[in-house]
Amino acid sequence: MQNTFFAKNPSILIFIGLLALFTLFVTVGSEATGMGFISTSFVKTLGKTLCLCLIALAMDLVWGYIGILSLGHFAFFGLGGYMIGMWLMYERTRDIVMGSLMNAALPPTPTEIRDAIGGQIFGVVGSNQFPAVWAFAHSLPLQLILVVLVPGLLALVFGWLAFRSRVTGVYLSILTQAMTLALSLYLYQNESGLRGNNGLSGLQNLPHLDAVPQSLISIWFFWASALALALGYLLCAWVVSGKFGSVIRGIRDDEQRVRFMGYSVEGYKLFVFVLTAVIAGIAGALYYPQAGIINPGEMAPIASIYLAVWVAIGGRGRLYGAVLGAAFVSLVSTWFTGGQVPSIPLGFYTVDWVDWWLVLLGLSFVLVTLFAPQGIGGLVDLIAGKLAPNRHGAPLGPDQGSLREEEAEK
Amino acid sequence: MIFKTSGRLAALLCALALAHGTAALAQDGAPTQTETPPQASEAPGEAPGATASAAMPALSPIQSLLQANRDLIEAASRRTIQPAIDALATSGLPQAQSVLEKWQAREMWQRDSDGLFFYAEEVDRDTLRIFDFSTGEPLGDMPEDDFTQLKPNSGIRGLMGAALVSFQLNSDDPAVRGAALAGIERDGDASHLAPLRSVLDKDMDAANRARAERLERLLTVRFGESDAERVEAIGYFNGDLGVDARAALNPLVATTLRVGTTLPEGGNVARTLKVGSDALPRLEAYALLVDNDLAPPLLTVADNRAALEANIVDGQVGGIAVADLDSDETRARAYAALAAEGTVPLAATPDEIDTILDGFTFYETFAEPSALVTDAASDALTGIGTKVGFNQFLDLSLDGLSLASIYFLAAIGLAITFGVMGVINMAHGEFIMMGAYTGYVVQQIIPDYTLSLIVAIPAAFAVTFAAGVAMERLIIRWLYNRPLETLLSTFGVSIALQQLAKNIFGTQARPLTSPSWLDGSFQLNDVVGISYIRIAIFVLALIFLGIFLFIMKKTRLGLETRAVTQNPRMAASMGINPDRVNMLTFGLGSGIAGIAGVAIGLYAKVTSELGADYIVQSFMTVVVGGVGNIWGTLLGATMIGFLQKGIEWFNPANTLAAQTYMIIFIIIFIQFRPRGIIALKGRAAGD
Repeated sequence: MQNTFFAKNPSILIFIGLLALFTLFVTVGSEATGMGFISTSFVKTLGKTLCLCLIALAMDLVWGYIGILSLGHFAFFGLGGYMIGMWLMYERTRDIVMGSLMNAALPPTPTEIRDAIGGQIFGVVGSNQFPAVWAFAHSLPLQLILVVLVPGLLALVFGWLAFRSRVTGVYLSILTQAMTLALSLYLYQNESGLRGNNGLSGLQNLPHLDAVPQSLISIWFFWASALALALGYLLCAWVVSGKFGSVIRGIRDDEQRVRFMGYSVEGYKLFVFVLTAVIAGIAGALYYPQAGIINPGEMAPIASIYLAVWVAIGGRGRLYGAVLGAAFVSLVSTWFTGGQVPSIPLGFYTVDWVDWWLVLLGLSFVLVTLFAPQGIGGLVDLIAGKLAPNRHGAPLGPDQGSLREEEAEK
Repeated sequence: MIFKTSGRLAALLCALALAHGTAALAQDGAPTQTETPPQASEAPGEAPGATASAAMPALSPIQSLLQANRDLIEAASRRTIQPAIDALATSGLPQAQSVLEKWQAREMWQRDSDGLFFYAEEVDRDTLRIFDFSTGEPLGDMPEDDFTQLKPNSGIRGLMGAALVSFQLNSDDPAVRGAALAGIERDGDASHLAPLRSVLDKDMDAANRARAERLERLLTVRFGESDAERVEAIGYFNGDLGVDARAALNPLVATTLRVGTTLPEGGNVARTLKVGSDALPRLEAYALLVDNDLAPPLLTVADNRAALEANIVDGQVGGIAVADLDSDETRARAYAALAAEGTVPLAATPDEIDTILDGFTFYETFAEPSALVTDAASDALTGIGTKVGFNQFLDLSLDGLSLASIYFLAAIGLAITFGVMGVINMAHGEFIMMGAYTGYVVQQIIPDYTLSLIVAIPAAFAVTFAAGVAMERLIIRWLYNRPLETLLSTFGVSIALQQLAKNIFGTQARPLTSPSWLDGSFQLNDVVGISYIRIAIFVLALIFLGIFLFIMKKTRLGLETRAVTQNPRMAASMGINPDRVNMLTFGLGSGIAGIAGVAIGLYAKVTSELGADYIVQSFMTVVVGGVGNIWGTLLGATMIGFLQKGIEWFNPANTLAAQTYMIIFIIIFIQFRPRGIIALKGRAAGD
């Protein structure tokens, strides 16, 4: 028992336990399955937050553990959302179209059905033809495979190109940002076949389930998100424990040394990059049916930077830190931008938080980076009495953790 | 030639009119001496009506001329009016032009009592204010009932227009001539050709002469009498870049798609088309046949459906159960069955199309009947096309250059902070925005645009320099060890600044107006042109390149910066204060971003997202160009600018696609030169 996975990482059990308790609490509180003191829209918000926690987990793995500051993971998130959104939209439109065609005198031919669905979906972009990318939209299993496959393949190709040519550090960050920008600009075009800037909408309505109320659907998705988060956490924890984890932390701290020890640094990086992209894709596939709409604006580079902000505030380099950060920042952000925070009258000017929240976030982010590089996770250390030994040197970030004191430059 | 002819005609008619005896040309002193042939002087003697007019006060020359042509004017029709117009046009009277203008504008009235002509304004429904033609003075208000308005129809007005053009062309005032030429350029027709040709023989200022010559050629292309004449005129436009030349030539080679069983005799056929080729797909060809009633219409899915729905009998159509009609094949069978019964008209099935199409020839004909002319025109257009293509390439290069200079301006500050200091400043875009807003604020205070621009540039530099120094002191210097965290914390600053700008200036775009001397554009010819603002930005970019090189290579600060960049500890031991150098360098980079903001704000609207729009491109520029070298930034900006314009050229409607492909290209480019175009070598490269 001494050497089991969980015994070595007690935080995993604590995390899963807390998550289970939280899920139970929300289930009991929701309108559909419990006493109803948590509104359906708030259940949705919580479910979405769990998805954001999942992608933050992926971000922590790729940034906090292997040291790639990817500013492109929201692109994978969005792609996952698009893949599931295509099926949702196709199937639901098909339900509606079939309903109206069945009332006609003649039974519809397959071509007529297809044209009618195409007209419904692509009418907004002035077309009624299905683009090639919708080839599998009629099949849920195929689209579910695409949820994993499309972000994974994009990450594989991009990562292979980038890592192969030894693009590292800040360069890589900018390159991933460029990739995100390119993708979102591409999706903005009507020619991309994904309805341009209209995006896909009506995703909250599950096909064939018109009779099921949204309150129940929202709790289903909440459960699914919680399960995905739990599984994702287990997977990530398993990946970062053991030898593999040691190697990737080594790559983060000093890539050259690991390379000279004979490890295939590029292989490790590529694996982690693709894995996290897939996790991000799954998170997106769970997020967007709860959000109801997806458009290219969601994949703008700034979203990915926010992701990095969450992880940094939560405390990178520890998995629960990422989850904490994402949950904390996105919930606080919802609270502030929802207009529920009372304004502060200063006499000459009233601070309206809807306007000033971003200023506050930006500045607090700077402060966290400067004064609390450990983020919220540092509080956990404080409580557990596990403060890092005083090295008398400059405070080093995780990417410089391997430096000895005398190497640490101010 | 023309003038002589019409002059003679007019004189003849004058004489004729005099013979009828309404006017007293001789008494008035025969104003048109130059043109009036001798026999006119004989006229008064024979004129029986001369006594009547003798009782009236002496008529002015213009009035007498009008009276001379009174019959023609009163019973004006397109076929007969020309002599009267010519008489006016050739009279040499100063008022003739105004008569024609008023007449054309339906402002000429005739008094019923004595038949004299005036021009008039309607004061109200019943009253006219009458003016005398010869003096232009008002003769008082009179009741409308005493006058008859002359209402020339459009054909007559056209003839008058041509006469007026010739008046204006013959004017001594270059401005009037220019206006006449402009009128013809706008809307020329065959009647303008003669006056244009005649005026070419006369003295004229060079600019108007060139215009008139060109116009004469253009009109000859369109309305010339003989093919040879037109072909010669077309030859004049070989390699001409003017839009007007292409506008005159293009209609000549316009074709219409026609169909027939054989090629027509004598028609100017451009080419015959093969059915099924790219130019004429099968279905289009068939649709043409249907349009010309040469073939039965193809049965569309909707028609088929409607026909079947209309003929459902006992749940069956043509013997097939309704429930089975869920495929095109069964529907076709059901329709065929109905057609066999005769309930629906026969329709061509897709298989029959080919047999029907085989019986016809598809060809394109020119609207222009003469093959000589069309051949010459298409030759000329081909030549023009090549030249236009070359000039478009030039124009595109200019666009690319201007885009490159914008990227260079936006990136040069980054090249300093990122390239020289290795600090990623995500707030760089917001410094650009701050500069633009500074320009806007200065413009609110100083209304004179030129002066405010002169003030705004140093002000923007000062503001962003201060902001940069503050940011370096407060944030960046604590993070020199941690580049990724610098990136993130400066990003925090960036979102805070962006939101702050929104809170202060609102979300709508603010105008930063450029001074009037920067308005307009420099046109090399009809194809190549560039706006002055873009030229100014290009010049500004060059100036900054110079300033940067000067600071880096010739000043103490530059020396110290280079030293600190290469080895901070060594530099510190030589007595350089790295903190101070870093602060100043960062301030310099930010200050230049502010000035770039003013420049960018001049042609783009100032919004809080202004900087964010340029930040990724700026980083791309620096990354592609290579870190730590200004020439690299220059090359990077040039490459990205030209590339983007080049891609846009392939798909002009879609700038989004251009950006997408450009970024993909850059990602691939980084594969081959991971350190940019100009990579630092040796120790300076670090790692």
